[in-house]
Amino acid sequence: MSSAARIQEICAAHSARKGPLLPILHDLQAEFGCIDEEAEGLVAKALNLSRAEVHGVVSFYHDFRPAPDARPEVQICRAEACKARGVEAIVPDAERAAGKRVRLSTVYCLGLCSVGPNARIGDAVYSRLDAERIQQLVEGA
Amino acid sequence: MSVVRISDDSLAKACGADALAAAFEKAGATVERVSSWGMHWLEPLVEIGGRGFGPATPGDVDAILDGSSALDIGTIAEHPFIAGQQRLTFARAGLTRPLSLEDYAATGGWAGFERAKGLGSEKILEEVTQSGLRGRGGAGFPAGIKWQTVARAAGEEKYIVCNADEGDSGTFADRMLMEGDPFALVEGMAIAGLAVGAGHGFIYLRSEYPDAIAKMEGAIALSAEIVAPFKLEVRVGAGAYVCGEETSLLNSLEGKRGEVRAKPPLPALEGAFGKPTVVNNVLTLAAVPHILAEGGASLYESLGIDRSKGTMPVQLAGNIRHGGLYETAFGISLGTLVNDIGGGTESGRPVKAVQVGGPLGAYMHPDRFDLPFDYEAFTAAESLIGHGGITVFDETADMGAMARFAFEFCAAESCGKCTPCRIGAVRGAELIDRIRDGGRVRDRIELAPQMHNTKTAARSQEDEVQLVEDLCEVMRDGSLCALGGFTPFPVMSAMRHWPEDFGLERKV
Ligand code: SF4
Ligand code: FES
Repeated sequence: MSSAARIQEICAAHSARKGPLLPILHDLQAEFGCIDEEAEGLVAKALNLSRAEVHGVVSFYHDFRPAPDARPEVQICRAEACKARGVEAIVPDAERAAGKRVRLSTVYCLGLCSVGPNARIGDAVYSRLDAERIQQLVEGA
Repeated sequence: MSVVRISDDSLAKACGADALAAAFEKAGATVERVSSWGMHWLEPLVEIGGRGFGPATPGDVDAILDGSSALDIGTIAEHPFIAGQQRLTFARAGLTRPLSLEDYAATGGWAGFERAKGLGSEKILEEVTQSGLRGRGGAGFPAGIKWQTVARAAGEEKYIVCNADEGDSGTFADRMLMEGDPFALVEGMAIAGLAVGAGHGFIYLRSEYPDAIAKMEGAIALSAEIVAPFKLEVRVGAGAYVCGEETSLLNSLEGKRGEVRAKPPLPALEGAFGKPTVVNNVLTLAAVPHILAEGGASLYESLGIDRSKGTMPVQLAGNIRHGGLYETAFGISLGTLVNDIGGGTESGRPVKAVQVGGPLGAYMHPDRFDLPFDYEAFTAAESLIGHGGITVFDETADMGAMARFAFEFCAAESCGKCTPCRIGAVRGAELIDRIRDGGRVRDRIELAPQMHNTKTAARSQEDEVQLVEDLCEVMRDGSLCALGGFTPFPVMSAMRHWPEDFGLERKV
């Protein structure tokens, strides 16, 4: 199936819901790793919106990306409680381990604030990280 | 052999609970995955016949099974951290399997819902109002009044929206409730539906909580017949902090940019999809089943002080020895929470600051530890309780960096609707840098001949401090929502209490 047909299929699957745009965008992001211009246009058509409206939504939220990125992603929490537990001191270690191969991104709070520093890879979360553990995680990502 | 109970809360899993459970199974034990007790420094915590062992690793399995483990903490329910609590919202924490309908019903589940069905709308509204339950999102608005407004609003189509997107750092009670006791939220929302005449509910849940999303979806599917015809669905957020603000959340739910809406119209009258809508957060809705159970409203009302009724699940986070969830009646002092219950800092160094109420809360100096945990007292002290998160910092914390971070966070998460927040946050971070640099000389642009309006002298540190103060005032008074309006709290409190971290002299 072409990606256009698949996008239309995803739109159709959510069409009966109230406010279907975000669920559609989540599905597209999960399946294609991004929501590009072409996808925005197709979604706009399916929901009878302008592409500007769809683009406005896509660009507003941190979870949606305009272009694919094949690198594995490691999210590191750098909010207050993790800072209080020393995350900033181990970020350089993570960066060194990541190099160009892994994408490190910052999130603000994974809800594990009593056992930080914390990181997330996919749907798995990791706590009590120190320099060595974060390096291992990034290398294994 | 008795059953080994280990939490499947994401915090326990992040600390290694899955590998531990597998090791116990390999050793021949029967493992049950339950919710977390909330003693996070002990996770993964193993419970066998009421006794606790933690924090355990697969290497401890044999010793725990043969009774020789040094990790033994005695009977969990008698541990001072647990015994000292008044658990209402978290009554099931550590005791039940989160997705077991059997466990839920056996621990009083659905009693409130069944009773509510017999009471009818008016009576439910009366009991919720009488209980004194207030929204737990920060403003502390009485839930009963909000519900009444929705119930009286005209129109057939109404919605219940659970705000499960309040992602304040330092808080995790919402997450723990959804992962540990998801049916309680389903039941609370179904009761709200009965009270106001709504047939459809949405749980808008932040994408940073994958385990909570899975648990809630599971619970909704399992309990669909029980709460029918009330329908529930999970809507996953997309990483925008500002969507924890209720009107921004409603825009997002409708598939728009998560920009904050001006009020009025109140969401109670024109909320989701323009219809009358109850928007409450997780803990508010999860407290409802207890209130609707026989005698629950007066029990709830009897706890707490003044206008802060019931209990508050306090979340002890950051650099704290005994971090976790501590549910207690309002009125307990901040110092008791941090030092006695929390055991001081984990690093063992003196406490330098605590931030209460998430990223928009003020940094409190330990000399304010006498402050009672109560909405009004905190407001009077220019601070907020918000979600009840307490983040502890030891003396190594750089409060100048934290003030800068408050601006950075606001800049990253601003919805962009108002100028003081959108632009002020960026400028604020720069100003903090300049203060820390001791002022600044005129830059290239200011020196350009056409910039004849700019100041001719270099800016001193005091000038920059004055600018931050002005900026904070503008942000506080000129922002539409709490993100821009409250960012000055952490900034100004940090500057006031720890001027040396900004390279400033302490004023006496
Ligand atoms: S204060 Fe900031 S986040 Fe709030 S409405 Fe204004 S621009 Fe948006
Ligand atoms: S602050 Fe890092 S998980 Fe909450």
